[in-house]
Amino acid sequence: MASSLRSAATLLSRTAAAHPRLAARRALATSAARLQASAPEVVVSAPLAHAAADGPKFPGALHSKYTHELAFIKQSAVLPTYRVLDQDGQIVDAAQDPHVDEAWAVKVYKTMVTLNTMDMILYEAQRQGRISFYMTNYGEEATHMGSAAALELDDIIFGQYREAGVLMYRGFTIDEFMNQCYSNVHDYGKGRQMPVHYGSNKLNFQTISSPLGTQLPQAVGAAYALKRAKKPNVAMCYFGEGAASEGDFHAALNMATTTNSPVLFFCRNNGFAISTPVSDQYRGDGIAARGIGYGMHTLRVDGNDVLAVYRATQLARKHAIEHSEPVLIEAMTYRVSHHSTSDDSSAYRSKREVEDWKARDNPVTRFRKYMEAKGWWDQAKEDKHKKETRKTVLAAFAKAEREPKPPVVDLFTDVYDTVPPHLREQEKELHALMAKYPDHYSTAAYAPSK
Amino acid sequence: MASLFRPATASLRRLATTNARQLHVTARLQAENPPPAEGFMPGVAHSKLIRGTPELALATPDLPAHIVKDGQTTKMNLFQAVNNAMDTALGTDEKAVVFGEDVAFGGVFRCTIGLAEKYGRDRVFNTPLTEQGIAGFGIGLAAAGHTAIAEIQFADYVFPAFDQLVNEAAKYRYRSGDQFNVGGLTVRMPAMAVGHGGHYHSQSPEAYFAHTPGIKFVVPRSPIQAKGLLLASIRDKNPVIFMEPKILYRAAVEQVPVGDYELPLGKAEVLKEGKDVTVIGWGSQLYILENAIQMAEEKHPGLSCELIDLRTIAPWDVETVVNSVNKTGRLVIAHEAPLTGGFAGEIAATVQEKCFLRLEAPVQRVCGWDTPFPLVFEKFYVPDLIRCYEGIRKAIEY
Repeated sequence: MASSLRSAATLLSRTAAAHPRLAARRALATSAARLQASAPEVVVSAPLAHAAADGPKFPGALHSKYTHELAFIKQSAVLPTYRVLDQDGQIVDAAQDPHVDEAWAVKVYKTMVTLNTMDMILYEAQRQGRISFYMTNYGEEATHMGSAAALELDDIIFGQYREAGVLMYRGFTIDEFMNQCYSNVHDYGKGRQMPVHYGSNKLNFQTISSPLGTQLPQAVGAAYALKRAKKPNVAMCYFGEGAASEGDFHAALNMATTTNSPVLFFCRNNGFAISTPVSDQYRGDGIAARGIGYGMHTLRVDGNDVLAVYRATQLARKHAIEHSEPVLIEAMTYRVSHHSTSDDSSAYRSKREVEDWKARDNPVTRFRKYMEAKGWWDQAKEDKHKKETRKTVLAAFAKAEREPKPPVVDLFTDVYDTVPPHLREQEKELHALMAKYPDHYSTAAYAPSK
Repeated sequence: MASLFRPATASLRRLATTNARQLHVTARLQAENPPPAEGFMPGVAHSKLIRGTPELALATPDLPAHIVKDGQTTKMNLFQAVNNAMDTALGTDEKAVVFGEDVAFGGVFRCTIGLAEKYGRDRVFNTPLTEQGIAGFGIGLAAAGHTAIAEIQFADYVFPAFDQLVNEAAKYRYRSGDQFNVGGLTVRMPAMAVGHGGHYHSQSPEAYFAHTPGIKFVVPRSPIQAKGLLLASIRDKNPVIFMEPKILYRAAVEQVPVGDYELPLGKAEVLKEGKDVTVIGWGSQLYILENAIQMAEEKHPGLSCELIDLRTIAPWDVETVVNSVNKTGRLVIAHEAPLTGGFAGEIAATVQEKCFLRLEAPVQRVCGWDTPFPLVFEKFYVPDLIRCYEGIRKAIEY
């Protein structure tokens, strides 16, 4: 107590020298108690008292020490990749076993397979021109399930676009996915955004948007709100290693540490941003090494190991809440799929390379081996689940396709909370044109406006 | 986007000592001498737009009845009124926070002074120096249902946040089908000319944002307006950008109602009724227009000009403007921002469409030239008294 009081007094006198207004305030603070009470409110000067006694006193790096050796530093030790399961689905170190139960494992595994099935059918639907666009999740299933399983429903999720599995794990139904991709009348987004731009208020999953990296500083603000509301929750923010090159990544990580916001940054490092390999994306030790530069707890994890991702996210979440601090997780994986339906990845990487990855290190297969060793899964269950899932997805697909598009009035609503006069006028103008040229503006496929 | 500029408070205080009646002398002096460091704007202190007595203050249109009945006013300049609005917002909404670069010690323009001490450092705090971060952070707070009052130190530095504001904040409600919204976000930013601000302490970026559906954009002209419009912006259910004319921070002083009140967004205000020509502006430009109108009415006996403060740029009050032009048949619009793509173009086109049969002269746009905002040439750049007067003269003599 005594020493903190002294340092507060020192701080106050130092700043007062530079600020006449503060000097006046200091004169008011006659008692020690008053001084102590006012000190934390004083101008944000660095806590110089904490500087090493024998080191430099520069406020910008208080813990530095002097050196007399001239040495530039390019890289510290390369960060290791945390793993629980090996490629054969065996737990390498028993101490790391999260001891998940059968129900947990079955849910996680089934959701992975369901996601694969949905991806396959919707990818084909796009190829047939039945939906305008699609992005699959192949190879990244473990990052979705492992992290989603470690979160609570009150944790706010901000995604990029390749995290459909997270939403599925939370309970977004096949129908809901289909409605969005078909932009039909049941789409929560009212058909306004491209396919795979999902969002769910009830599942606390903020609606996806196309601009990359924008969700990162937003997640920090949401995390700060959770902290202020004293909720035991985090904001979870997913992004790819390409998006991490955006300025918003820098803004977000720096804001997260300086505002002490309980946000988890979850990077899916899958080796490619469309055609750009990581060697053109960055030259440091991946994304994880940057977290340390921001003063953030950081971990690199094997993204094809669902148990490693689960444990890492669980611990990160606990830390973020207990310490009101952000955590960065870099999940290493491989984008088995094309970037999107508008991309043929064989133009910049060999099909052989992709096939090798699928054969060598498939997150679904790896987890299945673990399940089979436990006696929780077998070929019969696999066949049954795949058959049922395929049936469910196809039924939802057919149903979604039959539904009308949202009413044309929804073109004009929700721009603001209420429709302003100029938009009412534009809406009227459109309706007049529709009435005049009904063949051109056919609304046969659209629900009637209320 | 660091700014080296700090307001020269003493010189700002010397603003506006010129009596409006000395306009002709002032105009001549300005033509012969270098511009004063404090800027080009004479006459604010003696402006009829300034409500210097409690009676005038309480006669402000759109004030809620309980405020008028209460009758309490106090003398404030514009930065104090902004401060008072944020104080009120923080005091009435536990979920409201104020943040930005250097706001904790009171802000470089003193707008947040005393707020950190009163409400605590978790509610009024500095951020790292990153405009895209500030905007994104505010969007996240608002998306989680909180009230975010963000400050961009100068409007000139809002552009790093352009993506967050245009692609994210503006579209948040629409793209989610109203599942999510960031209505709790307000972004304040000092803007417009200040006499010596050069390229990056003088800009008026309203037209960039007016092109963005989903954003509201508000500019006050005085302390009473600043308080009421800022409180309305903070409580509005849409993201709002609030542009504060920094030359008025200390220059504009009036009696401001003490209580908690809002002034309506999306509504223009007719400041002076007239029958021959409609003159429109916003922010500090209104004081130039007031003087130009006075000059025109002196030089052209019998002339009667109508002056309108647009107040909200987006979405703007088409009805009030159109009604006025249908009455006068002539329109002059003035803004500091460059002509091409400036918001005057939007007003002119709309008026041309809606008042075509009533227009008796081409719409006059008196704006900044299509150049970056220059330092030593400021008095030749801005749409000053003479240029605004010329605009009115052209409209009436056509």
